[in-house]
Amino acid sequence: MADELLSAPHVLEYDYRRSLGEVLSRFFTGLRDRKILGVKTNAGRVLVPPSEYDPESGDATSDDWVEVGPGGVVKSWAWVNEPLGRHLLDHPFAFALIQLDGADTALTHAVDAGSEASMRTGMRVTARFADDTIGAIGDIVAFVPEEGS
Amino acid sequence: MRDVAIASFAQTKYVRNQVELTEVDMIIPVIGDAISRSGIPKSEIGFYCHGSSDYMAGQSFAFVGAVDALGAFPPIAESHVEMDGAWALYEAWVKIQCGEVDSALVFGFGRASMGKLRETMNLQLDPYTLGPLGIDSISLAALQARALIDAGKTSERQMAEIAIRNRRVAKDNPNAQVTGDFEVEKLLAEPTIVSPLRKHDCPPISDGISAVVLAAGNHIGRGESKPVFIRGIDHRLDSHQLGGRDLTRSPSTKLAGERAGVHDGPVEFAELHAPFSHQEVILREALGLGDEVVINPSGGALAANPMMTAGLTRIGEAATHIAAGKAGRGVAHATSGPCLQQNLICVLEGE
Repeated sequence: MADELLSAPHVLEYDYRRSLGEVLSRFFTGLRDRKILGVKTNAGRVLVPPSEYDPESGDATSDDWVEVGPGGVVKSWAWVNEPLGRHLLDHPFAFALIQLDGADTALTHAVDAGSEASMRTGMRVTARFADDTIGAIGDIVAFVPEEGS
Repeated sequence: MRDVAIASFAQTKYVRNQVELTEVDMIIPVIGDAISRSGIPKSEIGFYCHGSSDYMAGQSFAFVGAVDALGAFPPIAESHVEMDGAWALYEAWVKIQCGEVDSALVFGFGRASMGKLRETMNLQLDPYTLGPLGIDSISLAALQARALIDAGKTSERQMAEIAIRNRRVAKDNPNAQVTGDFEVEKLLAEPTIVSPLRKHDCPPISDGISAVVLAAGNHIGRGESKPVFIRGIDHRLDSHQLGGRDLTRSPSTKLAGERAGVHDGPVEFAELHAPFSHQEVILREALGLGDEVVINPSGGALAANPMMTAGLTRIGEAATHIAAGKAGRGVAHATSGPCLQQNLICVLEGE
């Protein structure tokens, strides 16, 4: 009996997947297909990024989805002179709140504008998608100033 | 409502990088000081609650280590919030209101110096739409500052003046970290870190601890200093989506202030937890504080910003101000989350 050792395999890893839920799954599946989707609240406001509830009323949002953007307006911005390691871009850029055409709220993302002098509140920008999209916020590499604006 | 008083307050001097002591080493003398000055024997403290973040230590369940500092034998009633110590105080206040205990030791601690704070603060964000952008604490605050400037509610000059005032006042605070006299033109000539924020608009990175003892019933009045009563306390939050709210306003602060009864009496002073200079403007407006209200007698978070206890320190500093007879009634505020997302208001009054 003494030499009869019990053994079992043990693998140390996070071998599970996390669901994004109904609303964010739809948003990120849209991004994978190079579409930016917003969801309507019962009051008719279009939330981008979408959420399962209306932050103003606490009510569930509707099943009414609309495609917004890819262009939009910069509502506020912050110029990053020295990007940190986890930033999406490795050269100076702006973080910005971008209200996409057709949306009533603003999406936080990066604007690749070249220089701080090129940035202003109210400027128009448009989404630049990655060559390979995977269904994540980084599928938009950055927003860039819209041509002719 | 039961009368609940702040019986004592203790804190460390805040420093950029505390490398000589472990968290437990840092906590023991501060809570010992708070308990001793409360006049309540340790054996009679009914409840312990603290605020800290495992992300500061970079280790899951790091907060449990703090229990080593409490001496948890015989067994004690203890709780923890992964928030600023001000919310630990709220939990203890609720427990006292429920009649379960008549006293509590509350503390908060953080050693932000152990990691890259700007990047650590990213981990508090929505992990789907915000976190992966790598957006850091200073960039988040800068988005808010720009919106406030665009709205005509502040200017880079006014922001510099706010930083100057806080750090000048902080010269009288022996525990403050960044103090002195600064000139507005020199500050405005400095480069931005994340435009429009310059270094002076941002809080220092601070290591430190603060602790408060709450007393009710027969415990009130046992301490070295006069009891200071919590007349109202409330906390509220706004949407985690920055673009889903107006960053130039703080509806959660306004509501918490109304529920805590800020204007049920005269507001002589306020200790505002505004880590970034422009946030003081937003908080003053939300709380309806006019020019006659003295802001931050301690120097505020621009003079020292110990993560996870800078809010509790505002409450402790406000209580100390009243207990010393420098004012009769004041407001303390604590914040958490990006761009003043969550806010706690505590109205304090002397006897």
